[in-house]
Amino acid sequence: MKEKLLDAKDVSVAFKIAGEYQTALHKVNLSINRGEVLALVGESGSGKSTFAMSVMGLHNPEQTQVTGSIKLNDNELIGLTERQFDKYRGVSVGMIFQDPLSSLNPLMKIGDQIAEAITVHDKQSKEVKNRVQQLLLDVGIVDAKRVSQQYPHELSGGMRQRVMIAIALANEPDLIIADEPTTALDATIQAQILDLIKEIQLKKNAGILLITHDLGVVAEMADSVNVMYAGQIVEQASVEELFNNPKHPYTRSLLRADPSDVNPGEDLYAIPGTVPALNDMDHSKDLFLQRVPWLNDEVVNAPVSEELQKVNAQHYVRGNVWKTFEFEEPVNNEEQV
Amino acid sequence: MSELVRIENLKVYYPVRSGFFNRITDNIKAVDDVSFTIEAGQTYGLVGESGSGKTTIGKSLVGLENPTSGKILFEGQEVTQIKQKKAINYNKDVQMVFQDSQSSLNPRKTIGEIIAEPLKSFGVPNKIGAGYGGERSFEQSKVDERVLELLDIVGLPARTISQYPFQFSGGQRQRIGVARALATNPRLIVADEPVSALDLSVQAQVLNFMKKIQRDYAISFLFISHDLGVVKYMTNNIAIMHNGRFVELGTTEDIFNDASHIYTKRLLSAIPSLDVSQREAKRVYRKKVEAEFTQHQDTYYQQDGKRLRAYDLQQVTKTHFVALENGGV
Ligand SMILES: Nc1ncnc2c1ncn2[C@@H]1O[C@H](COP(=O)(O)OP(=O)(O)O)[C@@H](O)[C@H]1O
Ligand SMILES: Nc1ncnc2c1ncn2[C@@H]1O[C@H](COP(=O)(O)OP(=O)(O)O)[C@@H](O)[C@H]1O
Ligand SMILES: [Mg+2]
Ligand SMILES: [Mg+2]
Repeated sequence: MKEKLLDAKDVSVAFKIAGEYQTALHKVNLSINRGEVLALVGESGSGKSTFAMSVMGLHNPEQTQVTGSIKLNDNELIGLTERQFDKYRGVSVGMIFQDPLSSLNPLMKIGDQIAEAITVHDKQSKEVKNRVQQLLLDVGIVDAKRVSQQYPHELSGGMRQRVMIAIALANEPDLIIADEPTTALDATIQAQILDLIKEIQLKKNAGILLITHDLGVVAEMADSVNVMYAGQIVEQASVEELFNNPKHPYTRSLLRADPSDVNPGEDLYAIPGTVPALNDMDHSKDLFLQRVPWLNDEVVNAPVSEELQKVNAQHYVRGNVWKTFEFEEPVNNEEQV
Repeated sequence: MSELVRIENLKVYYPVRSGFFNRITDNIKAVDDVSFTIEAGQTYGLVGESGSGKTTIGKSLVGLENPTSGKILFEGQEVTQIKQKKAINYNKDVQMVFQDSQSSLNPRKTIGEIIAEPLKSFGVPNKIGAGYGGERSFEQSKVDERVLELLDIVGLPARTISQYPFQFSGGQRQRIGVARALATNPRLIVADEPVSALDLSVQAQVLNFMKKIQRDYAISFLFISHDLGVVKYMTNNIAIMHNGRFVELGTTEDIFNDASHIYTKRLLSAIPSLDVSQREAKRVYRKKVEAEFTQHQDTYYQQDGKRLRAYDLQQVTKTHFVALENGGV
């Protein structure tokens, strides 16, 4: 029986820019079950972090409108005050970011930072000390005693990320949000950190929202995938469906741009153009179609239903173009920036 | 095939100072006795984790760093030290593209000025192509003309000339970096992580376009990257580097189909695969390689203080070299 952990409905986010609210996220619907890894993938600027920050209540309320509903274990998060959010952040929701150095306190020993994250009153108690050592061991740091006495700058990038994960795990969260957790790391360290996150997920049965721009990371980690473009979800599928049977033109374009699957004799598919600016996003259309040069204006500008279209029970896609979409051959890659 | 650049026993050490008199107490062996040859018109990948010494090799090669010892030869002529390079206008033949074009492009200069710089120092060759020299002109009108031509080759509009680096996206700035590198008709371009900071779609544009230049102008490339997937797509030959040493050297097939050094296997096993059905098997394999890496280090490395130092390369086939003690026998 699947237990729904996070349920986001019609989540929209607008930022106040030069006095006007501009939409960065438009009506996002997704849910994460306990024990599930849900990957949110898309190129930079597509709105992935904006979604994560909404779940964590990290947007500045004076500059940001967040609407819709985000329920964690059936409790509504949108509209909570800062103090109410504190009950969730770091408690039932753990967070891992791309750059651990900027989220760790440079002046505080690792052990103390982890202790600080543990929500009990007496941080000096034997119980907390033991828990800190255990957390470090859990994230694969074997000389936990020594590391807990060190400062962040004394650790390698991979070790710092392990410490961040230990902090995220401090209170046995139900949900872990990992925003580009391995983007700054070498491939071997990335593999170790991903394996660690996977292990933890299996052991603790936590739900994971994994944000990445890297399709390889998605294929290695995800149970289900949401592909995001210009603030909207364009494809939602089980990981097998997404890689074996991709439907949306954006997903298919990304897969053809990835060199790991392309023969060195062939050109990569270079998606022409760029993600539109926030003030240039008409979310009633399928905004990616502007970047498909061989489609005619009628198709590109056609209004698109807000509901994703069903391909099968594990697979939903935005719009209808996927039904007939084909790449124009041969692809001309020369005139594109 | 003809030899373009040869590196012999290259060492680049950085001093570590400490103590009251700030004396040199130790050295970081960033590059520790590396030899290899770059042939005209060939492409090479240099791969290793961060800190392995890749950028230091690139910098020594283009003349941004003086080697501690060893030799660099360009068509047989010694160009080890920066002043030897300067004496023969070496940089008209060997150019570099950097990872972070944001900081390598002068923010106060227009794109036109940036691309014109090497043309003003080395003159404008009368035709674009690897090593094509002919009469080089120093006339301003020729410089202007060539800048436009180069912008066109990298797919940027003419108005780019009067714009500044901050007005461009990461992918566009990378193209500008390539246009500048291309200006003097180099025979070799060293590209240091040129796409590491880019999104997939933009990365694809830059890679396609670097491939095209390679093909059209027969330029040799040394493509430095920590990403084996990208290198596999871009180059015919690969060197794997660890702690300042080459651990394996071969054709792309040698490395991908017949990796022999544990460090190479470790890098290969860490590449995420898009084949979802393989992921459990890959995880198991990765653990196995990782265990072998930690348990059998003396098969693959000498101890050098606390550091793992790979053995010298031994030839195993005509194209394939591996750093194993006595060639692994
Ligand atoms: N605090 C903010 N104020 C204004 N615009 C923002 C803010 N945060 C993000 N944006 C904009 O929202 C869009 C989505 O950004 P983001 O969620 O960070 O994308 P991703 O994480 O997918 O790279 C971008 O255009 C970004 O510039
Ligand atoms: N200017 C320098 N001074 C001191 N140490 C340096 C300097 N440049 C690089 N190093 C050191 O040399 C080693 C190799 O660095 P680098 O060539 O940049 O590696 P890579 O490009 O493979 O990441 C690293 O240990 C690095 O810290
Ligand atoms: Mg982000
Ligand atoms: Mg480097």
